[in-house]
Amino acid sequence: MKQLAILSGKGGTGKTTVATTLSTIIKNKIMADCDVEAPNLNIVLQGEIIEKQDFYGKETAVIDKDKCIECGLCERLCRFDAISNFEVNPYYCEGCGLCMYKCPVEAIKLVEEKTGHVVYAKTKSGEKVVYAELFPGADGSGKLVTEVRKKAKEVSDDNDEYLIIDGTPGIGCPVLASATGADLVLIVTEPTLSGFADMKRVLSAIESFKVPSVVCVNKWDLNKEVSQQIEKYCEENNIVVVGKIDFDETVVKALKNLQSLSSYPDSTAYQQIYKMWLRIKEILDEGVESK
Amino acid sequence: MRRVKISVLSGKGGTGKTTVSVNLAKTFNNSLYVDCDVEEPNGYLFLNPQIEDEKTVEVIIPEINSDKCTLCGECVKACRFGALTKLIKKILVFDHLCHSCGACFEMCPYDAIVEKYKPIGTIRKGKAQSVDFIDGKLNYGEATGVPILKEINKLIENVDKPVIVDSPPGTSCPVIHSIEGSDLCILVTEPTPYGLHDFDLAVQLVKQMGIPMAAVINKAGEGDNIIEEYCEKEGIKVLAKIPFKKEFAEAYSKGKLLIEVNEEVKGIFEKLTIDALELIKK
Repeated sequence: MKQLAILSGKGGTGKTTVATTLSTIIKNKIMADCDVEAPNLNIVLQGEIIEKQDFYGKETAVIDKDKCIECGLCERLCRFDAISNFEVNPYYCEGCGLCMYKCPVEAIKLVEEKTGHVVYAKTKSGEKVVYAELFPGADGSGKLVTEVRKKAKEVSDDNDEYLIIDGTPGIGCPVLASATGADLVLIVTEPTLSGFADMKRVLSAIESFKVPSVVCVNKWDLNKEVSQQIEKYCEENNIVVVGKIDFDETVVKALKNLQSLSSYPDSTAYQQIYKMWLRIKEILDEGVESK
Repeated sequence: MRRVKISVLSGKGGTGKTTVSVNLAKTFNNSLYVDCDVEEPNGYLFLNPQIEDEKTVEVIIPEINSDKCTLCGECVKACRFGALTKLIKKILVFDHLCHSCGACFEMCPYDAIVEKYKPIGTIRKGKAQSVDFIDGKLNYGEATGVPILKEINKLIENVDKPVIVDSPPGTSCPVIHSIEGSDLCILVTEPTPYGLHDFDLAVQLVKQMGIPMAAVINKAGEGDNIIEEYCEKEGIKVLAKIPFKKEFAEAYSKGKLLIEVNEEVKGIFEKLTIDALELIKK
């Protein structure tokens, strides 16, 4: 199974639009939404939930009031300012256990905290979608990304030729967890100064992974000058620009009506994504040298 | 004016957090703009600040003093993040897994672990005409930007002007550290089903933290009511609607402030600053 991870650096550049459109173009595939903080893929695909697993993302310290002698040692030792007045702030606690180790009267223990779900869903036409729900305020999103990918592998069968990973914005741990082990990274960028800056950052972040990257410029005609700069940058860095997608109002229309772009097969954007897939497929099937 | 902290967040990326934050900071005039999206700080592209000061943020990681280490393995046992491994002849430290909690230092019976500083990012301070500027930037490959956010929070504690915080996307730990102690959270959203879904997550988070909130609808068009209907049900005030225009997207792409290219938007932001302060007073 070939794995394609779709990243962007910046949010809102069109990752999910590209992912959902690809999902209707590619037949034998599994979709994995690794944007665990804002999973949007299944909102469009509307898969029915087959399985929902609890995810225990972290441990949190809990103080037993009956045993606590209020010595305050835990508060002094905690480097995350998570303890004050003999109470643990669960948002700040990282579950390192130092307070538990050091408590002189064994009044502190760590408890596993449920921080989300891993969901496996199937669309009406039998397509498989795996995504996650991270509870608001919870941490550990990198681990959850790994769980989503694990689940996607688990539910795959021999017919699934591709795993399409809709990644996380940013350059941090969940992004790296989305890209690790992928065969190709598709970076969806937009011709804005911030889009360009973030594209460079995400490229640098994944550089050490030795995963080849290709770029797609979404809404390229919005600012042709920046688009050119992006293309020039890619050329200089040996990164193939596999597609340029027009600023197409149909995309907004499809988004608002909760449709995939494939409902508008004549639209410019759909046609461009279709052609882009043919190029990506070739690269995936042929394999490319990583930089 | 006294310090009020207004945090701008969104749940979903790309909805216009930075657009709202920079335009709001500029409209306030004598204010402080703080970019807490340390993974992808973009505010500087719009404000073009003169950077006056840049400092490195460091965290503490362990270093094993092999002269004192007896390979007892207590540190490995203590570390819950898998950042230490015992090999045959030494203890190996994986920097990028370390949370800097200090458990290994504290649990080592032989005092064989020393604290070493490791840079994880930078904080820049500057001025963009009438707006003071701070942003944080996380180095590639670092697990968390939270230590940078904590440093930033210290810097903005005693500021005597309005502070506009541009939060990271999403709803997890870094967002909590960014918006903590805010007088008001402004949630930026867009009228699409995705927008609503992620907006709802952000609303839940802000509710949990007990901070007053209001909404700004970006990329608004005719007949898009899904956000307003939701806000009505939840009792959230919609402070402003910024229309969806290609010309705005073009201005954004060039790093221009919307209030400088369009009178209507300028009016929207002027009203927004007044309404936001009004909400805070209540």
